[in-house]
Amino acid sequence: MADFFFHTLLGQLVLIVLETLAVLVPLLLGVAYLTLAERKVMAAMQLRKGPNVNGPFGVLQAFADAIKMLTKETVIPSGANRMLFLFAPFLTFSLAMVAWAVIPTGNGLAIANINVGVLYLLAISSLGVYGILIAGWASNSKYAFLGGLRSAAQMVSYEVSIGLVIVSVLLAVGSLNLNDIVLAQRHVWFCLPMFPMFIVFFISALAETNRAPFDLPEGESELVAGFFVEYSALAFGLFFLGEYANMFLMSGMVSILFLGGWLPPLGIAPFTWIPGPLWLIAKILFCLFVFIWVRATFPRYRYDQLMRLGWKVFLPFSLAWMVLSAGFLMVTGLLPGGAG
Amino acid sequence: MGTLSKAARSMLLAELVSGMSVTLKAFFKPKATINYPYEKGVLSPRFRGEHALRRYPNGEERCIACKLCEATCPAEAITIEAEPRDDGSRRTTRYDIDMTKCIYCGLCEEACPVDAIVEGPNYEFATETREELMYDKDKLLANGDRWESVLARRLELDAPYR
Repeated sequence: MADFFFHTLLGQLVLIVLETLAVLVPLLLGVAYLTLAERKVMAAMQLRKGPNVNGPFGVLQAFADAIKMLTKETVIPSGANRMLFLFAPFLTFSLAMVAWAVIPTGNGLAIANINVGVLYLLAISSLGVYGILIAGWASNSKYAFLGGLRSAAQMVSYEVSIGLVIVSVLLAVGSLNLNDIVLAQRHVWFCLPMFPMFIVFFISALAETNRAPFDLPEGESELVAGFFVEYSALAFGLFFLGEYANMFLMSGMVSILFLGGWLPPLGIAPFTWIPGPLWLIAKILFCLFVFIWVRATFPRYRYDQLMRLGWKVFLPFSLAWMVLSAGFLMVTGLLPGGAG
Repeated sequence: MGTLSKAARSMLLAELVSGMSVTLKAFFKPKATINYPYEKGVLSPRFRGEHALRRYPNGEERCIACKLCEATCPAEAITIEAEPRDDGSRRTTRYDIDMTKCIYCGLCEEACPVDAIVEGPNYEFATETREELMYDKDKLLANGDRWESVLARRLELDAPYR
């Protein structure tokens, strides 16, 4: 009976909604707690305790923040373009959510196990620039506009090196399917043979998500808050959630491309008892911890340094590495697909 | 060689790694936070907080209206008016401190020949209105009565250094 129901049109729809919720609800909860984790970890690294008043160890702080954000007034500046002003946060937020459709949490366990998964992720993360650019322009404020421009320039610059890093991973895998990429790491995770690429990817991911030390778009010392200066209440909340969800997404990409996705570190007994999704979650959490750790450690880059690093260091380096690894795979005959 | 080792260090991200190890060590250290309203830091006996006018043990107020504090006050926060009392002793009829002007320098306390005006250990006297910070003689004497045991102890502890 239940089997039949899930094969009807309505049943399919219900199934899709359930699958989506199964991904989005943990993701949103994770985002809420990432804000708390960030404050706690940063506090610990600065010899402070961090929020500890709301509930044991401050676990209710995330909800207190959410309630505060929801009860505030959404201020729309009189000079702003109302439509775009309100559209931008929704775009940012929904793009950060939509990308999760292709992330596999187990063997074949993705909402959409498509053959161009990596391209899809790259496309979605490129679209993220629009939300920021639209927000910066529609606010009709010079700070927001400058923040938006910076952010766009930064994301475009680092997407180039991210693209090249992904290409060198794809060379070793021979498929754009995220599931295949993870399965190709059964023997050794790509973070070992491609360690420099792993670092380049991670640093580019920091820049891509506008995280410290590349958080110039919101550089509070010169731009107040960057592209979302004029936002308040729920609209601000959506930007905030989108930004943190993007951190989750980038951590997910790092885990899948370099840390073996849902695979355990060793294919032997005590590791294989833990189910795959938990391994993926553990790896994502580790990456997020490093995100926060980096933020607690390094001062912000200057804009020209940021551009220099992106175009003059990462781009040539990842290009050279890509050619090198392609040549290596050709020579040793390890190129997948039998072309070598 | 210098440039080579420098290049190697920057390629291997040596500085970044050492920076991150510092923060990771701090992550596991005991925290310096004091849970403020529940825990408080230690105060020196010289801490200069809220003012108080003290009394002698027999209940007579110490202030003799010499107005040295008023004269020395760099912020001109103190206003004193005085006339002889019925028994012929000089006493203040008005002793006001504008706590919003006061810079908590402690010169009034130093100027006082009879240890009447003192700055106590209390720093939690925030108010909701500005008017409440215009302290008059009654308020200052009440402070003195409230904190007297602590004030005497502080003066005693600090006496060897005065």
